[in-house]
Amino acid sequence: MLTGSEIEDGLEDAMRHPDPVIDIAKLSLTFQTNDGPVHALSDIDLAIEPGDFVSFIGPSGCGKTTLLRVIADLERPTAGSITVNGVSPEQARLNRAYGYVFQAAALYPWRSIAKNVALPLEIMGLSRAEQDARIKKNLELVNLAGFEKKYPWQLSGGMQQRASIARALAVEPNLLLMDEPFGALDEIVRDHLNDQLHQLWAKTNKTVVFVTHSIPEAVYLSTKIVVLCPRPGRVYDVIDSTLPRERTLDMRESEEFLKIAHRVREGLKAGHAYDD
Amino acid sequence: MTASKPTRPAFGTPAALASGIILCIAGALFSTAIAGDVAILNTPTLAAAFGVLAILAIPYAARRPAHPFLDLIFGALTGVCAGLLVPVAHAHAGDARFGFWALVIGFWLASWLFVDRMAAWKPGNPGLVRAVNLLIPVLFGATLLMIWELLVKGFGVPKVLLPAPSEIWVRITVSTAILWADFQQTFLKAVLIGYALGCGSAFLIAIAIDRVPFLRRGLLPIGNLVSALPIIGVAPIMVMWFGFDWPSKAAVVIIMTFFPMLVNTVSGLAAADAMQKDLMRTYAAGYWQTLFKLRLPMAMPFIFNALKINSTLALIGAIVAEFFGTPIVGMGFRISTEVGRMNVDMVWAEIAMAALAGSLFYGAIALLERAVTFWHPSTRGGRA
Repeated sequence: MLTGSEIEDGLEDAMRHPDPVIDIAKLSLTFQTNDGPVHALSDIDLAIEPGDFVSFIGPSGCGKTTLLRVIADLERPTAGSITVNGVSPEQARLNRAYGYVFQAAALYPWRSIAKNVALPLEIMGLSRAEQDARIKKNLELVNLAGFEKKYPWQLSGGMQQRASIARALAVEPNLLLMDEPFGALDEIVRDHLNDQLHQLWAKTNKTVVFVTHSIPEAVYLSTKIVVLCPRPGRVYDVIDSTLPRERTLDMRESEEFLKIAHRVREGLKAGHAYDD
Repeated sequence: MTASKPTRPAFGTPAALASGIILCIAGALFSTAIAGDVAILNTPTLAAAFGVLAILAIPYAARRPAHPFLDLIFGALTGVCAGLLVPVAHAHAGDARFGFWALVIGFWLASWLFVDRMAAWKPGNPGLVRAVNLLIPVLFGATLLMIWELLVKGFGVPKVLLPAPSEIWVRITVSTAILWADFQQTFLKAVLIGYALGCGSAFLIAIAIDRVPFLRRGLLPIGNLVSALPIIGVAPIMVMWFGFDWPSKAAVVIIMTFFPMLVNTVSGLAAADAMQKDLMRTYAAGYWQTLFKLRLPMAMPFIFNALKINSTLALIGAIVAEFFGTPIVGMGFRISTEVGRMNVDMVWAEIAMAALAGSLFYGAIALLERAVTFWHPSTRGGRA
């Protein structure tokens, strides 16, 4: 979507966004399976700027989770380049540059909520005082103050997922990677958590990469929506949101919102997301 | 009109049991008239006690909702009746007839009824709930022992075939010094040391196997092979290698406990799921951190499974191994020699001690398991 000459645009871009948090160029990932190679990701180009809230949306099998896992160094690409915070994903992982929130809360049942949040901090070797301060701060941030001594199985699914977000935030990364974190929750809890996540993002000014298969969720939360389509997994469309940064739940009925949602749906349709 | 007064409970187990009790006791009390028995009525306290028991059983037979207080009186009286029945059995050993057996059956049904009633109690106090939960198996066991006593005495079973519990008890009380020495030799030395070494080494080797893949292919089959060795063949070899004293028995215990622990720990270490492992990876956690913070806690239910299995295996192994040469002390040694001398009550005393020690050992590990794996759905009784 180039409007001016490439040079002008490039210059302007460089002035506005000196360093993308994530820079992906010509990235491909092919899994070798017994049934032959599977092209999970093909020729991905994507730059994510600091403070962005980027959603990856697409049908199952489009590679959105795989792409997130590549950013997190949980998968290795087979071609192309990627940098996270200006370094390789592996180095970024070793620097603990990101917090990762999984589809399930993945809390350890033998640890209390506070101890679960402390897990990455123990691994990082922080002092007890620092750990306690971060536990307190981040549990307050996700509205779980007072639940420190509870065990995960004593909490509802929504609370568990909030605890896992607190655990990811406790690392104090500038980048938050979220893989369908609310996928297993019901619509009402989900709306509520979306709202909380939005406020959290606005408050902390972190960069968030968010995988979802819900169009309203993507449009409501994102400053940038990346539509992926399957076979092979590739970027079909990148939509910069025209909604204001500050979002409210009733914005979901606005014309602007519906327009963006429509464009996402069109992208999914054109990318054969609705085919069998 | 709806029924406002409480309806009678259906004719269920308590009513059937109570009817049986009444029939048996009535039959016994009139047995002199029917069959010319050793006269039950010659021991008036026994007859009176059973008579009252039959009367107390009437409300149950009539399906009147019973009160726990009545249950308690009924249970206490059942105990008294059993206590009175034992001397009669001893006095008429091998001579018992219809009346006696009717009372034995009556007692059996009565204690069944009492335990059945206790299981139906719903005390509000959690301490009381625990006490009742403990009392039920205790009463169950006591009833079994009592019936054993009455059957053996009533039929006049020779002591060599099966001694009565009272005779075993007498033997235990007069032989405490020997039993304690045997217990020390077999349990405190061979079993505990062999158990600790067997489980401990299997645990460490399981971690090594998990860390170094080629060991999995090499060591796991060897562990499998060792577990298949017949203890009867291994024990004499161990005696040749390690001498007559407890170390050879501990060696047998090590061999018996090694494989269950190895296999369980190896599967336990594989129990962490992909997401949990990915999580540790995102924290850039090292091997040992992942091991201690994720994989070992995850493996605990498996490890405790092996510890529980091994607690009984170890005792069996040590006792059997003592059949193949020991100094003149040890539970297995005592069993093998006393059988030869027809002192079967001593054999039973050793068996009782082994059963008690084994149960306590198992129970201690089970308690530890509850404390360590409190979070596991099977322990906390909740959903995953």
